[in-house]
Amino acid sequence: MGAVWGHGGAESGVSVVFVFWPLVYNAYLSLVEWDFIAPVKVFVGLENYREALRDPLFHQVLGNSLVFTVGTVAGTLVLGLLGALLLNQPLVLRQAARSVLFAPYILPGAAVAVVWVYIFDPTYGLIRLLLHPVGLASPNWLRDPRWAMLALILVYIWKHVGYTLVIFLAGLQAIPRDLYEAALIDGAGAWARFRFVTLPGLSPITFFLVVTGILSSFQAFDLIHVMTRGGPVNATNTLLYHLYEEGFVAFHAGRAGVVAVILFLLLLLVTVVQVRYGERRVHYA
Amino acid sequence: MASRAVPWVLGRQRAGLRRWGAVLLGYLAMGGAVALVGVPLLWMLSAAFKETKEIYVFPSTWIPQEPTLANFPRAWQSAPFGRYYLNSTIVTVLGSLGKLLNAVLSAYALAYLRFPAKDLVFLVILAALMVPPQVTIVPWYLLMSDLGWINTYQGLIVPELGVAFATFLLRQAFLSLPREVIEAAKVDGAGHLRILWSVVLPLSQPVLVTVTLLLVVTRWNEFLWPLIITNTADMRTLPIGIFWLLDQEGNTQWGVVMAGTIFVILPLLVIFLLAQRFIVSGIAAGAVKT
Repeated sequence: MGAVWGHGGAESGVSVVFVFWPLVYNAYLSLVEWDFIAPVKVFVGLENYREALRDPLFHQVLGNSLVFTVGTVAGTLVLGLLGALLLNQPLVLRQAARSVLFAPYILPGAAVAVVWVYIFDPTYGLIRLLLHPVGLASPNWLRDPRWAMLALILVYIWKHVGYTLVIFLAGLQAIPRDLYEAALIDGAGAWARFRFVTLPGLSPITFFLVVTGILSSFQAFDLIHVMTRGGPVNATNTLLYHLYEEGFVAFHAGRAGVVAVILFLLLLLVTVVQVRYGERRVHYA
Repeated sequence: MASRAVPWVLGRQRAGLRRWGAVLLGYLAMGGAVALVGVPLLWMLSAAFKETKEIYVFPSTWIPQEPTLANFPRAWQSAPFGRYYLNSTIVTVLGSLGKLLNAVLSAYALAYLRFPAKDLVFLVILAALMVPPQVTIVPWYLLMSDLGWINTYQGLIVPELGVAFATFLLRQAFLSLPREVIEAAKVDGAGHLRILWSVVLPLSQPVLVTVTLLLVVTRWNEFLWPLIITNTADMRTLPIGIFWLLDQEGNTQWGVVMAGTIFVILPLLVIFLLAQRFIVSGIAAGAVKT
């Protein structure tokens, strides 16, 4: 019994060590100049922040993160909703289809990325094979700064759309039947039923998916590292990838601290919005 | 009268046709969606069974002309996959078990025990849930380095035991159990561990299965932390191993690389086939409740 009793405390102790202390430490690192080796960390105040704000690469990284998040969230939401509406119809084998569409979500990102590097291969890849009969040439997806981000977003959507689909489907099935019957009696057509029953009924789920989608897009790493390593010429360098590069490739502890602090604040902002507005703004069916 | 009946009949036929058209369209769309997910995996499968000379021709065929198994032993030899399997298994089993035990005990304490500052403890855990571990990789790495845990199993496993999502899910499930059953067990003189083991856990079986599966899948797929904390081939897990195999053999040996990818994906596909019911419905139920 003592074991259980003490455990709530122990877990929060673990949380303090592994989550809160590192956050404080990140903030501390962001104020020093250090290469991970030198015995002394030189305190430089806000200089690392000033440097980051002046750095065109950092601006590009912020822009990339924005494009990646908007692209992946919009893509998974729209396709996931369409898929859920489809699988909500009485089609034979729809349970099996749901499982197949969900499967990529649980596959290792690194392995998925390796398969897609082969698919995007401009000479021997699948895309070239599929584009060939219609007379189109395959772009050099992962080595061309104009295409690399799109390729990455497509793969991310491929891997995550099953998750949004399954959750939208559960949301659809939770909308009470009598709402549709009442709408039918009022003479509402298919579009009107979708617009005035389905969409409002899905709003809490949609809100949940937008928030979790933003949070998980900020955490994308394995796809980027395997497919592009943030390149070509930083075209796919996002905040988390930049954090990794500053910390573990360039060994700029201070700059890594700055990126970590900014990434954390952005994530915190999204979470606060969720907690603050999640309950009120959204209609519960 | 008749002039009225005719358009009505025609209308019904047209509606019937439209209905059949919609059903057909539905199946086509469903087939298309399944193909979009399946085709990349079939492409991987096809290459894994092709000789190199069949891969590096254009246009390449879907069905290998001279199917071969040679890529699998080649992949197994060009990287220490046996060792990767061992490492991934150790990290996944110990990591998931440790976290599950931690989460079950904490969730029980938070759901049923009265102790000082309980709300504060819950708030701390909730806040921890909201901080993605990726943000704290540098301080973690420095801590591991101070402990001498770089490139060790402890270093791979321990830091991620504190992440709180499992605790959160389990607490929710425990709170939804009927209180009377637990009170009855108390009246019968059962202690907390006894109540947890014989009452709470059996009643929470579905959510326990889902949480365990999610923990296992997450651990098995983990990439960023194992990439940072390991620095020799013999400590790498499968996802890191396949990354290095691509680095060395990609572009020139796609057959071997795809065979290696199958080594990494296969255990998860098997788990998914056996347990997809729990994973898919568990995730859906969790989100709808939220």
